Amino acid sequence: MAGSILGNRVLRKEDPKFLTTGGVYVDDLLTEPALVGALHVTYVRSSVAHGIITSIDTSDAKSMPGIVAVLTGKDLGLEPVPSAYNPAATRTLLATDKVRFVGEPIVAIVSNTREQGEDAIDAVIIDYDVLPALIDLEEAMASTTLLYDACGSNVVFDSMVLGLPDNTGDAYFADCEVVVKGRYLNQRVAPCPLEVRGAAAAWGKDGRLTEWLSTQHAQGAVAPLAAANGVEESMVHVKTPDVGGGFGAKIGAYPEELLLGVIAKRVGKAVRWRETRSESMVGLGHGRAQLQYVTIGGKRDGTVTHYQLWAIQDSGGWVDMGTILAPFMTRPMSSGVYAIPNIECRTTSVVTNTTPTVAYRGAGRPEATAAIERAMDMFALEIGMDAVEVRRKNLIPKFLTPHTTVVGQTYDVGDYETSLDKALVAADYKGWRAKQKAARDSGATKQIGIGVSVYVEITGGVGNGESAKVEVLDNGHALIYTGTSPHGQGHATSWAMLANEQTGIPIENIELVWGDTDLVPIGTGTMGSRSLQQGGNAVFAVAAELVNKAKSVAARLLEASEEDIVLDKDSASFHVAGTPAVAKTWAELAVAEKQAGGLVHSDVINVSGATFPFGAHVAIVEVDVETGKVTHIAHTACDDAGKVLNPMLLEGQIHGGVAQGVAQALLEEVSYDSDGNPITSNLADYAFISAAELPSVTVVHMETPTPVNLIGAKGIGESGTIGSTPSVQSAVIDAVSQFGVKHIDMPTTAEKVWAAIQSAR
Amino acid sequence: MKVTITVNGKTHENDVEPRTLLVQYVRETLGLTGTNIGCDTSSCGACSLHLNGESVKSCTVLAVQADGGTVTTIEGLAKDGVMHPMQQAFMDNHGLQCGFCTPGMVMAAIGLLNENPSPTEEQVRIGLEGNLCRCTGYHNIVKSVLACADNK
Amino acid sequence: MIPAPFDYKRASSAAEAISLVSEYGEDAKFLAGGHSLLPLMKLRLAQPAVLIDIARIEDLSYIRDAGNHIAIGALTRHMDVEKSPILAEHVPLLSFAASHVGDPQVRHRGTIGGSIAHADSASDLPATTLALGATYVVQGPNGTREIAAADFYKGFLESALAPDEMLTEIRVPKMNGATWGFQKFNRRAQDWAIVGVAAWKRGTESGVGLVNMGSVPVLATSVAKAIAGGASIGDAAKLAGAEAEPQSDLNASAQYRVHLAEVLVRRALESTSK
Repeated sequence: MAGSILGNRVLRKEDPKFLTTGGVYVDDLLTEPALVGALHVTYVRSSVAHGIITSIDTSDAKSMPGIVAVLTGKDLGLEPVPSAYNPAATRTLLATDKVRFVGEPIVAIVSNTREQGEDAIDAVIIDYDVLPALIDLEEAMASTTLLYDACGSNVVFDSMVLGLPDNTGDAYFADCEVVVKGRYLNQRVAPCPLEVRGAAAAWGKDGRLTEWLSTQHAQGAVAPLAAANGVEESMVHVKTPDVGGGFGAKIGAYPEELLLGVIAKRVGKAVRWRETRSESMVGLGHGRAQLQYVTIGGKRDGTVTHYQLWAIQDSGGWVDMGTILAPFMTRPMSSGVYAIPNIECRTTSVVTNTTPTVAYRGAGRPEATAAIERAMDMFALEIGMDAVEVRRKNLIPKFLTPHTTVVGQTYDVGDYETSLDKALVAADYKGWRAKQKAARDSGATKQIGIGVSVYVEITGGVGNGESAKVEVLDNGHALIYTGTSPHGQGHATSWAMLANEQTGIPIENIELVWGDTDLVPIGTGTMGSRSLQQGGNAVFAVAAELVNKAKSVAARLLEASEEDIVLDKDSASFHVAGTPAVAKTWAELAVAEKQAGGLVHSDVINVSGATFPFGAHVAIVEVDVETGKVTHIAHTACDDAGKVLNPMLLEGQIHGGVAQGVAQALLEEVSYDSDGNPITSNLADYAFISAAELPSVTVVHMETPTPVNLIGAKGIGESGTIGSTPSVQSAVIDAVSQFGVKHIDMPTTAEKVWAAIQSAR
Repeated sequence: MKVTITVNGKTHENDVEPRTLLVQYVRETLGLTGTNIGCDTSSCGACSLHLNGESVKSCTVLAVQADGGTVTTIEGLAKDGVMHPMQQAFMDNHGLQCGFCTPGMVMAAIGLLNENPSPTEEQVRIGLEGNLCRCTGYHNIVKSVLACADNK
Repeated sequence: MIPAPFDYKRASSAAEAISLVSEYGEDAKFLAGGHSLLPLMKLRLAQPAVLIDIARIEDLSYIRDAGNHIAIGALTRHMDVEKSPILAEHVPLLSFAASHVGDPQVRHRGTIGGSIAHADSASDLPATTLALGATYVVQGPNGTREIAAADFYKGFLESALAPDEMLTEIRVPKMNGATWGFQKFNRRAQDWAIVGVAAWKRGTESGVGLVNMGSVPVLATSVAKAIAGGASIGDAAKLAGAEAEPQSDLNASAQYRVHLAEVLVRRALESTSK
């Protein structure tokens, strides 16, 4: 091979399978021997948002055709489990006393077929004493009706308990020439992986539980599964089939999944569960759901000197991961790309009678970015300065050694102004401003809006490193074992490229093993854009070590000294320097080393810290000012993720991230009525964005390598989402700012835009 | 009820409950799990396959309605180990990530070009309105379809 | 996700279908393309005991020139309405509207008769055929009768069809060179209209149908009257909400719907499509 494979547009090894037979997702395990004849589990869910369960009558359901068992939490002897984030909050995995959101599981039906389980749902009669439903965040915060009495408040986490100060209010801005305030709702959205949740459980003759799980982190499911099933962790084996998307919502294991082993044990047979989309829309965790009070202050020349953010995070009906995203992700990134000398940020997490919130693509950083970017826009509007120029004036100058912001977060490397300039040029910012002016001057029905965002985010913040094992087989092929967990990211190809770079073994001869806790016991999974910089980095380091090991074996076989052995990557063989004719292939070395335990190396490779990808997005929209309808007509993204391994995969991550970010800006929102009934609980009502609502994306490349890992890579999984949302929201507002509109909350639906124009005019 | 359905060139006779959806029939009765189920409101298109030569959402067709019909699923596209040009285009253009929407997307895309062999980008985007993808942002899916078009 | 159990009967003629529905009464539902009914059954919002599959009835899928009108068999699929050269020539508004129903897969299965019989005010074709002054032919145990579209829609998902009657044909007057417009305003391409407008105009004659502006498809007669009386399109369009009783829901307030109807009626009538 001429040169390195790294940095090349290598097609995905995994694609032929997905394209010809389809992936094998958990619901496709029809021929898995341990699951043949498995029973089906169907959960009966709460139909009220907040209430005390007064009775559960399962007798009619039990007598229906094909029903094997109908089990309540009491039947299963479930004990309350504390939240990992606030142990005062406890719940049983099936609600026994109190329900806290529509969709919370209460009863498990076990049936011979899936249809029979669905048929029996309506026959389970559950009575409730209905409590007031707390849907509005601020109402919940003030209410004396508590979701978790033991917490003493619906506020279940506050940055002040971390010893961080409260915000000081308006006094903070006393010295500012200009002060602008905003109240922004970063609305609740649904992650919507195309594959809903599903799992299967079977107990082996050895007393071990095998659980097949659609997850982003098999190893992380072991402890909760062991706890739920009352066994040691060594007795739990998690296997991850192909996973049809996760986006953060499949990081943690859910009650419906944790209970399958318990249920399987009770009925004495393996069981399967797959939710419907309507269930998924209320059962799979939601994302964002953050209310933001923002004040920004500074000088008339555009210098921002003060910024204050109070982020009120909606935890939903359980104290899940969403609770801690505001203090641990939003707050550290509250300064964004700006050198603002004075920042206050308090976060308050509140339980409400809605679906619990979890991580969703970006997880706390999109919220931070949206707040500061919106504030910058409002500041610019107030002083009558171009929003790009205000940003430019306040950007942190280029730095290639660590930079610490006033909120105490240290960024690795950054060159924000270059990314901004690149994006502006590629998007033809000046040209669009001219077109905008022409449209404004002519009073056209279709007005143009231009939105710019500059962002920095944190990736690889989860885990300090990752495990990797590389093994060369007798035929010279290699197996890579990784602790990351691909579900669309293309690790089979990327990790093979990294191993190929070190070993010369062709990527078609390298297979990836992942998501099986017996084969890969140590792993932190795929989340927070960590995989390449930690998992890939580990593969890269371990493969290099394996080459060293192979050299020592080759030295023995060739009767030479180890230092004289060289690896010829083109032929994937080892020889003594200067005598390439006598070479040992990987296969020969593997066979020779078989008795000594094989040609294999494994390790956990640490990294020195998180990385901080950054970039700039420019969105162009057209707004029909008569109806408020927004059409997103162009989008440019310059995302710097450091050293690029495979530009094709990088672009794919950006495209997908952008679409999800645009979806939040324009269309998607989870809604409830005042009683807490979800009104967007299927894909007909929830406005999951389609191809018809999106433009193609112009991707601008930029590489500022990070020093924190061997390969110089930062994360790219979430950047597109983080950068795009504020730019699109800003573009919409920009299109109608001529009428006096200063802010429109997301999603910027036609009616909201229309109403904003009406009230401003 | 007994149904006779030809799937990927092979004729099957099976007894099905009238309520059996065509997607359940191909997945559970025939074991062709390439076709996926992504929603319950005919919105997502993951279950798209061809019935009598046209793309349909097999979650919204009863197996009994397909009785006597001809079905092609993702598994029936490749011939002698060679992928259909649309499958190849999806691979070449990175038109898939997690793969879950992919079989339905490919079937819908083939159906689209059967009816309009030389579409514009906008026609491709609107033609795929009934197929949702959460990973790719559609960018490379649209590119894949255009790469297969007659006017590429 | 899976419908509740039901009995399945297959009719090979309209007469057989009517005899079956007479036998099973209110527990039975006709199944044509199934794209209105099956989604409701899958969510168990509809649980008919018997489905009578009429899709295999011969001779109910056609588009014919019948002189002053076009006759469309009730089992004609949306895709066939969309692609029909006869309709393109004589009733282009209808084929254009049909191209906006659902998505391509839906249009391959769903039928014009099913859509009209389902009588959903949010569907595109009821309001479009209403605007066009269509007549529906229905067959019952005592033979056939004709119902003017204007007399057909009785309430939310309720029509003038008796339980033992079946819609067999839609007769749509030729547009004879009228200009027309179809405006579908929605969030996403595949969604139902938040508001839709089908309108045509020929001199002072016009017809305007509104989608999703009440519990039934709405014929905006005040607009047509104003046009007949010589009002400008802009002035006439301001009367778009006169006959409507729109609801507020997830996607729009009633007030916004009325505003949209006014804008979209104007745009549809100003359209110069022929």
